[in-house]
Amino acid sequence: MATHINGSWELGAKMTALVVDDDSINQTIHHRLLEQLGIENQVARNGKEAIDIHCSGKKFDLILMDRDMPIMNGIEATRKLRAMGIRSMIAGVSTRCVKQEIQEFMEAGLDDYQEKPLTSAKIISILRKIHHSGSISY
Amino acid sequence: MDSVVQLQRQLVDYTVQLFNEGFLDDQFNQLQQLQDESNPDFVVEVVTLFFEDSERLLDELAKALEQQSVDYTKIDAHVHQLKGSSSSIGAQRVQKVCIGFRNFCEERNIEGAKNVCIK
Repeated sequence: MATHINGSWELGAKMTALVVDDDSINQTIHHRLLEQLGIENQVARNGKEAIDIHCSGKKFDLILMDRDMPIMNGIEATRKLRAMGIRSMIAGVSTRCVKQEIQEFMEAGLDDYQEKPLTSAKIISILRKIHHSGSISY
Repeated sequence: MDSVVQLQRQLVDYTVQLFNEGFLDDQFNQLQQLQDESNPDFVVEVVTLFFEDSERLLDELAKALEQQSVDYTKIDAHVHQLKGSSSSIGAQRVQKVCIGFRNFCEERNIEGAKNVCIK
């Protein structure tokens, strides 16, 4: 497993991400996972905070969306973001493994789904799906 | 310096033991991998967070089980959270216990659930 990974694209712009999760442990781990991959990221504690951040004008290359959160859950937040015209890569993250529940989440507008716990390998597999003008060196 | 080396060796032995006994799983390796010179205390910080969070959740669970009419939705939410955070740090034994606990709850088996809490 590579520990020195360059997270910058050929054109020099750093990748950005938003971690949306209500659990402080997951927030800490996912934030650090992304950080170690060279991806600048911030954390939202629930779906509503994620929406508010986007309303303030911020955009991200990648959104890691937890499913179960208070105030506004991941399914609703994903639907709202897509309705707002957000085209970022949104990867749903959850411990749920029932096909129907995953399907429901995907249909809200996800580009990918990963089962928790997250690892750097899982994040890299998400990143490989992102189409970008630069080339990826992971 | 000798005592530091000895402590380090003890830590390695203890960690291996925890893996062998199924308390920890591969995810813990991922956590250790996230620690480096720029984040030297990462594992300790996360594990501490986990203990604080779990203590709070277990308190809530115990309270909920003591109620006259048990609110299973609330209990389910707490255990779901504990299951999630324990799997994120590689605390395999805790995660497995959570799964067993939830089965008790589904069967409305209060005594079974209480026994799990005590453990």
